[in-house]
Amino acid sequence: MTYSAWWWAQRQSAPQKATDMVHFFSGVVLRDLTLAARRRGDWLTALFFFVMVTSLFPLSVGPEPELLQRIGPGVLWVAATLASLLSLSRLFEDDHRDGSLEQMVLSPLSTVVLVLGKATAHWLVYGIPLLLVAPLLGIQFNLPWEAIAVLVLSLLLGTPILSLLGAVGAALTLGLRGGGVLLTLLILPLYTPALIFGTGAVDGVMAGTGAEAHLSLLGAFLLVTSLVAPWVAAASLRVALE
Amino acid sequence: MNFFQYASPSTFYHLAGKCIPWTGWTAGILAVVGLYVGFFVAPTDFQQGEAYRIIFIHVPAAWMGMLIYLAMAFWAAVGLALNARLPFMMMRALAPTGAMLTFVSLWTGAVWGKPMWGTWWVWDARLTSTLILLFLYIGTMALWSAIEDVRRSDRAGALLTLIGVVNVPIILFSVVWWNTLHQGSTVGVTHAPKMEATMLQGLLIMTAAAWLYAITATLVRVRRIILERERKTQWVNHLLSQES
Repeated sequence: MTYSAWWWAQRQSAPQKATDMVHFFSGVVLRDLTLAARRRGDWLTALFFFVMVTSLFPLSVGPEPELLQRIGPGVLWVAATLASLLSLSRLFEDDHRDGSLEQMVLSPLSTVVLVLGKATAHWLVYGIPLLLVAPLLGIQFNLPWEAIAVLVLSLLLGTPILSLLGAVGAALTLGLRGGGVLLTLLILPLYTPALIFGTGAVDGVMAGTGAEAHLSLLGAFLLVTSLVAPWVAAASLRVALE
Repeated sequence: MNFFQYASPSTFYHLAGKCIPWTGWTAGILAVVGLYVGFFVAPTDFQQGEAYRIIFIHVPAAWMGMLIYLAMAFWAAVGLALNARLPFMMMRALAPTGAMLTFVSLWTGAVWGKPMWGTWWVWDARLTSTLILLFLYIGTMALWSAIEDVRRSDRAGALLTLIGVVNVPIILFSVVWWNTLHQGSTVGVTHAPKMEATMLQGLLIMTAAAWLYAITATLVRVRRIILERERKTQWVNHLLSQES
């Protein structure tokens, strides 16, 4: 089916029942959570990657507390971005290899809901641990308590953006040679607003100008992304599996 | 006149062939005139001396770099909506020119910045957002070259361009915001408010030249893409046997 034909079919087919969509969504999320629970190595690797990358910075730039405090928010945010990209390349890959992804896309249930479920599960498995470990790393970087609180808040708003935009990249690069590096190349420029607003919130609270403006903008970016990204990712999956 | 007639690659191939000499020569003549006006007629700037003259290359390149990304997004949307082949070929033909002009604008900006600001590069909002634009071009072209299947590669690139174009205003805004907070006003990119008439003329002529150059380069490239993709059709074989 061509893309435009699919688009019209989506628009004109009888609306799916909301309960069906909720069922499908929770099914996808639960399935991915179960898989993650049985393969703990995967998400522990991403978590330790995050911890190790941030710990490398004091070793390379020096241990002065003022300097570390200055670069800390940026380092934590960049490391979180890279850690999420590391895991995103496998978002659809395993299901693609065993054929279950194709079945789910072919089913009459909405591909958009499938993508949303996958991105949500990715955020729960990879995003939440980052939030939990970030305060510890913040202490390592000598950040004050208010700054650490804002850092966690900014990651709470920002990591879903990483998962949603990353889902687009993962769908576009599905099954390609060197897909992981390519995904990084495609998606990192799109991450810049999240990086700027997230780091800016922490900087703002340390400079005394407050974090609300940055956090509001980060929230707005999250809303825009959650409106656009699932549809584009679903269309990309269709293209990749055609 | 039926406009969709030209949606067929074979008709468009010939139409583009007829356009190329016109746009190409006009671009060349305009560039010569524009550079003459810029380098010999326009007066020396009282603040920046002679070094400001790089503006006649820098600004048109920067404008076209941005405009071409929008044009790519336009063709991507048309291609996805109408499910036609030619729009995707146009989109692909535009990208290298856009990336090249964006790079030229960064390069000339650095060369201009050295005598003016005393540094090749500052993390100024415009420089940073242009750099990110270059990254977007590179990402799209990397995606194209990674996918061998033409159909998938076209559509994946189109979707990436579309999500990129939605993101561009947000990136621009965030970079401006970031810059005003971080940097203060150590370096202003403010131009002299009133521009000498000949300077403006030179700039406009060079912009027209850059525009026509971009069209010419795109048409030349799209003709090659058409030949490559349609190589198994009768009309291409006929054409090639005529030429050899």
